[in-house]
Amino acid sequence: MADGALLLQAVVDSLPAYREFPAIGSRAAVWIAAEVHLMFAAFVLGVPLFAVVAEAIGIFNKEDRYDRLAKEFTRLLLVAYSATAIWGVVLTFFLLTLYPRFFRYLSAIFGPSMWLYVGLFFLESFTLYLYYYGWERWKQGRAKWAHWSLGILLNVWGTIVMFIANSWLTYMMSPPRDVAPATDPTTIKVWHAIANATWMPINVHRLIANVVFGGAIVAAYASYRFLAARSDEERAHYDWMGYVGNFIAISALIVLPFAGYWLGREIYEYDESMGITMMGGFMSWLWVIQAFLIAVLFLAGNYYLWVGMERIPGAERFRPYTKWLLAILVVGAIVWGTPHTMIATSKEIAAMGGSHHPFLGVLGVMSAKNTAVNLMILTTFLSFLMYRRANKRPVVPWARTGTQIQAAMFIVAAAVVLFYGIRGYFVEAIVRIGYSVYQVLAVLACIVGVTVIDVMLGRGAVSRGDIQWGKMPPRSQYALFILAVTFTWLMGLMGFARSGIRQHWHVWQVMRDTSTSAATPALGYAAEMISVCVLIFLALVAFVFWLGGLAEKPTFVQTEATGGVHVGH
Amino acid sequence: MNGIRAAIRHPFWQALAILVIAFVAIEFGIPVLPDSADVPASVVLQYMVTVLVGVLIYVSDNEQRWTQFREPIRAVLVEPRLTPVRWSLLAAVPALVGWVAYGQVATRVEAPPILRSIHPAPPAEITFRSRPMTLTGLENPLRAVRDSLPDFVGEGKRIYYQNCLPCHGDHLDGQGHFAPGFNPLPANFQDDGTIAQLTESFVFWRIAKGGPGLPREGAPWNSAMPAWEDFLTEREIWAVILFLYEQTGRRPRTWEKTGDGHD
Repeated sequence: MADGALLLQAVVDSLPAYREFPAIGSRAAVWIAAEVHLMFAAFVLGVPLFAVVAEAIGIFNKEDRYDRLAKEFTRLLLVAYSATAIWGVVLTFFLLTLYPRFFRYLSAIFGPSMWLYVGLFFLESFTLYLYYYGWERWKQGRAKWAHWSLGILLNVWGTIVMFIANSWLTYMMSPPRDVAPATDPTTIKVWHAIANATWMPINVHRLIANVVFGGAIVAAYASYRFLAARSDEERAHYDWMGYVGNFIAISALIVLPFAGYWLGREIYEYDESMGITMMGGFMSWLWVIQAFLIAVLFLAGNYYLWVGMERIPGAERFRPYTKWLLAILVVGAIVWGTPHTMIATSKEIAAMGGSHHPFLGVLGVMSAKNTAVNLMILTTFLSFLMYRRANKRPVVPWARTGTQIQAAMFIVAAAVVLFYGIRGYFVEAIVRIGYSVYQVLAVLACIVGVTVIDVMLGRGAVSRGDIQWGKMPPRSQYALFILAVTFTWLMGLMGFARSGIRQHWHVWQVMRDTSTSAATPALGYAAEMISVCVLIFLALVAFVFWLGGLAEKPTFVQTEATGGVHVGH
Repeated sequence: MNGIRAAIRHPFWQALAILVIAFVAIEFGIPVLPDSADVPASVVLQYMVTVLVGVLIYVSDNEQRWTQFREPIRAVLVEPRLTPVRWSLLAAVPALVGWVAYGQVATRVEAPPILRSIHPAPPAEITFRSRPMTLTGLENPLRAVRDSLPDFVGEGKRIYYQNCLPCHGDHLDGQGHFAPGFNPLPANFQDDGTIAQLTESFVFWRIAKGGPGLPREGAPWNSAMPAWEDFLTEREIWAVILFLYEQTGRRPRTWEKTGDGHD
């Protein structure tokens, strides 16, 4: 578009297209509303996924504690649900009043899906109310199955709602190629706009990420309750809940990078310059920060497991190995976080002969990073396996052989990862990209194979003693807090990377942002904005959880006084 | 002797030793490796923070080790016999923090560290001498004439030595005799992080548009590279690109083929 025409459009658009929000500006207002809404939404979409799984475990294994856990998860949902809706309304009103032209454009295309969204939201709300308030009433026999079905239905509504909202934002990133700036939005078929290039990768990525996020927030809630607990029973319950939340978060986290990789690939294929802006251009530094934060996740997750082994009889036999696992994780974090283009003074750049370090530069490229992260995933899995095995003595006759096969699987997977990592330096980029698939497949095959053997090994295993839930030092609980804060931060950062690569476009190459905030924000400003969003979210979450605790406390004290072991609401 | 042995086994001294060894290895060990250089301060800090986190995890993931680790710290804080050490630390720690803070804020002649986007996103389309040119999917047209490749490389070599040598150097390593005068330094084509990572269309764009044609995303950007479209023809630029890859032994990044036939 010629500059003159653009200027003309900006002048014509400036009054009716945009309005200014006091003090912080329109962009910051919409940013905060969208981000905090998204964080709450991720929580209320992620938690039902594992609440329904926990309830199923309770039904099939006839273990009441899982049922109680599922109910407590759902109680958290209830309080977070209204906050999600409130922030959703704030976002909608902000868009309507601050970006009316853009919202008019989106609603011209997606109007029918917006009506469907509202209808489904209505259904989701009432399914949630039925699910929670009907818990005690439909507790036995067939009624319990009907209740569980409500949980599944809740997930179905929630997932469709998320898919619909995802279609709006992915359209902004990757509108169908036949849509041009002059295309009348009312002529664009809704499904054509929905099924755009990045829609499904985002759907899958967010579905998994929601589980990770929900698990981490639940674990943080449990740690808060653990630290505030007044009795051993309460401490034991919340220790266990924290463990389950952390387990869910870390398990889902392991597969999340693969979904992210798919999304990145689709972005590249859709528009290479968008991909380069994200991975090699000015957004590339976000990936160094991301690497650092994910390293924190790995370290904190493993730390929690290692400290937790103190309360498992028999775990002491694995103790000597943890320091070596830690060494792998630290070296992995160093490699993963090594920037290719380093922040350096002109003197340092002159000494290096450029922005790439002649020796450390080899750690800044994809081969090294993929190798590091895959080895870190394997290490974390090994930690978890030791944790799982700690208090069991297998009795099957092939126990020794089975363990040896498991060890061989680890060695082969690590060897495959290292081989392709090193070989990646000697082939051209297009071949190297394909190597990451082999590395990932080796790690996934190892995880699946080892888990299958481990389940079979555990059949009829003799216990070395019960896990002493509640016997955890308080510092272990701070690891869970760190996990939750880091996940929240990561979500904001990566959301900015995804959204920011559109640069000065509302809809990539279709509808230009002609507002005063059209420039892509600098990374420092973005980091501050994201931190503000994280603080707002965590403060609100702390508040709603505290409120939930207030309502529940009398019930708990009463139960304890009667000598019962029931904890929670 | 026993005291040394006990210290080696003590988690506090182990932690301290790991930190010191890591710092020495990063700050002094890496630069003395063959073809290496000093590690930038920002990277040293990043590495040391990672090691520190690892050390803290090591000393605290076990109750017994954690208790042992805290013993010397506790002793310094409360035991009367360690009063001189306590006072020394009380003076030394704020002095150290002050010294670091001063180092951060003191005015220097040197330009502050900058974070540059080395490979900014290329546009999908450019105008080369007023003619539109689509970069996406663009290949070096000279490669299609296989029989004449040696001639094209020879032509590229001549153009390189006439125009590029003063900055990018005889070895194509960015060490030309003008290079020390520039910030940012001229690109080192031997580095596997430059042309080896890029498609030839990207390299064409950079040569044609030079420093003035860089997008704003990399600001502050003050590259002195001229826009060579004002001096070289399209064919000459493609020829010099052929020479760059031929001489360094690097291969250009190729375009990924997708299922729908779109490159």
